[in-house]
Amino acid sequence: MFSLANPARFMRWSAAVLPYCAFATAVLLAAGTILALFVAPPDYQQGEAVRIMYVHVPAAYMASLVYAVVALGSAVALIWRHPLADIAAQEAAPLGAGFTLICLVSGSLWGEPMWGTWWVWDARLTSVLVLFFLYLGYMALVNAFDDPARGAKAGAILALVGVVNLPIIKFSVDWWNTLHQPASIFRLGGPTIAAAMLWPLFIMALGFTLFFVTLLLVRMRGRLLAARIRALRLAA
Amino acid sequence: MSGFFRLVRRDLRLALRQGGDAATVLAFFFLAVILFPFGVGPEPEVLTRIAAGIVWVTALLAALLSLERLFLADYEDGSLEALALMPLPLEFQVLAKALAHWLTTGLPLVVVAPLLALLLHLDGAGYGALVLGMALGTPTLSLVGAIGAALTLGARRGGVLLSLLVLPLYIPVLIFGVGAVEAAVTGLEMRPHLMLLVALLLAAIPLAPVAAAAALRQAVE
Repeated sequence: MFSLANPARFMRWSAAVLPYCAFATAVLLAAGTILALFVAPPDYQQGEAVRIMYVHVPAAYMASLVYAVVALGSAVALIWRHPLADIAAQEAAPLGAGFTLICLVSGSLWGEPMWGTWWVWDARLTSVLVLFFLYLGYMALVNAFDDPARGAKAGAILALVGVVNLPIIKFSVDWWNTLHQPASIFRLGGPTIAAAMLWPLFIMALGFTLFFVTLLLVRMRGRLLAARIRALRLAA
Repeated sequence: MSGFFRLVRRDLRLALRQGGDAATVLAFFFLAVILFPFGVGPEPEVLTRIAAGIVWVTALLAALLSLERLFLADYEDGSLEALALMPLPLEFQVLAKALAHWLTTGLPLVVVAPLLALLLHLDGAGYGALVLGMALGTPTLSLVGAIGAALTLGARRGGVLLSLLVLPLYIPVLIFGVGAVEAAVTGLEMRPHLMLLVALLLAAIPLAPVAAAAALRQAVE
């Protein structure tokens, strides 16, 4: 982590790693999509509509994972003053907000045929909606200051305050009676989902994760290049 | 310890000399609540169903109104830097300011809430739960709001941004506060909801000042 703290070194490392990430992302997403749409079996109750799960569940898992990345980056930035940690957190936040939005919209589209409603105020949906607003608040706060360093620090504190929402999202389906289905993968006693559905789900989740990593590296490189351009302009 | 109470007294004196703030918050509370009968119709059956929610939500919004000025006056005239240099740790100073804020805005909201609930035809069984719940919940609102106030010091459009940051964090207090009243009205136990409100308060008391003080430190440096 600290070996990559030097921006120039990070640029060299990311330039080397990025093509492989992008290629792996493309392969996994293509394989996952084919498996999800054509190979995986239809559900005995939901029929073909269960295939929304292969987008909805990875997006949901990414929404929480990216927030954890934002919080971790913020913690590292605050504690060790790592120069790239808060850049990583700030560039990851819009990606996380995007995944949360995909999760909410795909869930809504899935809920209409399955539950008969576009939305319900149960614990899981409400806490993911709160997560969406935490992302928006973080992005708004970081951009609200004329001094970017001040915005970065304030955003870092806010990200850490909002971490309390993550366990609430994960355990909401256990703590409250919810319409949303309870945990069937990451639970004590092992997954209850069929293997034929679990594998495409894992591949899609891995594809989404690598997609996030690729985009994050691209965004961070863009941010560092923009800073370099600004410095060159000021020096000229 | 004496520094803590001196700071509370200072803030209370400033608030009382200002005078307007607590009255404005109460006036907003009152006006916002009486908008609802105009909006949803004056039938008692409808109003009694949503009375607890209306009183709680408008109390939340009213508490938000005065949060922006929690640290702003001190930040603008430089006394925040002087306070940061005091021997009393910044975390305790945040606690003192949140306490003063609650005494001047939260407590009046708790006192006025039963009257407004009466205007909304809240069922008689719910008043105790309403007052208890608000008495336990409004200090948490002051504490969590202090985090938002500290984070948005000197930000552009700080007031609106403060609401965006703080309202998602207020939602658990709202859920259990209204839950307590609903439980009391339907004859169920209100204690679990009130216990959860106490838990939220006990978690906020040590944690909120830490976050707010960190935000204040990077605001003055």
